Amino acid sequence: MRNLVVLGAGTAGTMVVNRLHRRLPRDWRITVVDRSDVHHYQPGYLFLPFGAYRPEQVAKPSRPLLPQGVDVICADIDQVMPELREVRLAGGRRLPYDRLVIATGVEPRPDQTPGMLDGGQWRRSIFDFYTYDGALQLASALRDFRGGRLVTHIVDMPIKCPVAPLEFTFLADAHLRRRGIRDRTDLVYATPLPGAFTQPVATRRLGTMLEHRGVTVEPDFLVERVDGTTLVSYDDRRIPFDLLVTVPLNMGAEFVARSGLGDELNLVPVDRHTLLSRSHPDIFALGDANDIPTSKAGSVAHFSVDVFVGNFLQHIAGRPMTGRFDGHANCFVESGDGKGLLIDFNYDTQPLPGTYPLPGVGPFRLLEERAVNHWGKLAFRWAYWHLLLPGRPIPLPAHMSMAGKHTEE
Amino acid sequence: MKVATIAGRAVHVDDEGFLTVYGEWDEDLAETLAARIGIELTDAHWKALRFLRDDYRSQGETATLRRVSVVGGIPTRQLFTLFPKKPAKKMAYIAGLPKPRGCV
Repeated sequence: MRNLVVLGAGTAGTMVVNRLHRRLPRDWRITVVDRSDVHHYQPGYLFLPFGAYRPEQVAKPSRPLLPQGVDVICADIDQVMPELREVRLAGGRRLPYDRLVIATGVEPRPDQTPGMLDGGQWRRSIFDFYTYDGALQLASALRDFRGGRLVTHIVDMPIKCPVAPLEFTFLADAHLRRRGIRDRTDLVYATPLPGAFTQPVATRRLGTMLEHRGVTVEPDFLVERVDGTTLVSYDDRRIPFDLLVTVPLNMGAEFVARSGLGDELNLVPVDRHTLLSRSHPDIFALGDANDIPTSKAGSVAHFSVDVFVGNFLQHIAGRPMTGRFDGHANCFVESGDGKGLLIDFNYDTQPLPGTYPLPGVGPFRLLEERAVNHWGKLAFRWAYWHLLLPGRPIPLPAHMSMAGKHTEE
Repeated sequence: MKVATIAGRAVHVDDEGFLTVYGEWDEDLAETLAARIGIELTDAHWKALRFLRDDYRSQGETATLRRVSVVGGIPTRQLFTLFPKKPAKKMAYIAGLPKPRGCV
């Protein structure tokens, strides 16, 4: 028997196991390791603070999401020993592998910014919404909020779902308006980027949307520390807050660092087209766990897994991998009041306006605020559980297409 | 890709003036590029620039501020003093490397 070990049963790990289980030769056995036995629909975290989703809509037991005939182990990972081709679990169990897939993602690390976790304000006036607990506790903080300075903040890039902080800000603006306390609230958006987003066309659109909502943008703001209820940057700019909604530094798993497989953020350096480790020819890193220069997002995991599965079958047969991932990502961007945008882009092409997925038809409108995009985002939760994770076909090509996009602005 | 004349030499640059060919850069050029954005290079500047040049050669990407601080051992606060306001962008510009990738 030959062994494929998959570390992490999140979005990428679950998809890969479901897809490969059907296609691997009979002499391969799959083992999946995750420290949790619950699978979270992470895009749903955005809506929890506003009470739009119930907690059980974003979490399900993981075992039924994985195929029968696959070994599922719930354990912490101690270390990968690449020279021995084995994984050591906490408690000492060893899993030999012929191929290893690292899909353990990234996690928010508030401990990496002095004064954030240890300054006495964590989960009192400082919240994150990239964890299930954080999003739920932010919901009660928002309910109690009576006005003041609400600051949305990103510590550093890259982060999971880079549009989520913008979405949170749009939704908070709408939420505060509904409650009649928007005029008693200063909304501030503090980002290490030079503008609302990185790519020129999307930055203009999204920047204008912040402006129209009266949100003050603090660009190029790289936080050094949190001083009580004030953010302090490396160049000594200070942003006081009554309620801080921060995206802490996102880092890969600690075992990646312990195993000598990570960069300075514990991300695994890979070839950006094949996702094969740049130092070990039998290790792949998928989803957020790798260092490819595109969004850390479920859509990237999805499109890259489409390419990866064919490549992997070639790789274990000793043939060259012919699929090339292009960095394709797309994201719905909630903009409040029942509307949303959609962006679609890859390594080489920035988000552009147009229609998706059918040129000229849509139904989705790229970079435009429309109700249809909002409904698409809500419908996606069903598609995630029932189509995406099980690896059923979704009629969206893995590679980005220029058809339907307008390059003139 | 455009060709610009900097310090009497023809070099390839992008729309914002970042050099696009690794081998067209040298230390004299760096002095000129730095002067263009109001920076006079000291030993401390050079330590950061040399790290960036070496790291790019092995990694194929322009190092982020976090990488310069964690791997290169230069504190971020110092980088903001040496290259005020936008250190990542300014360092890349002077080191003749692509603008640091906007992580989308």
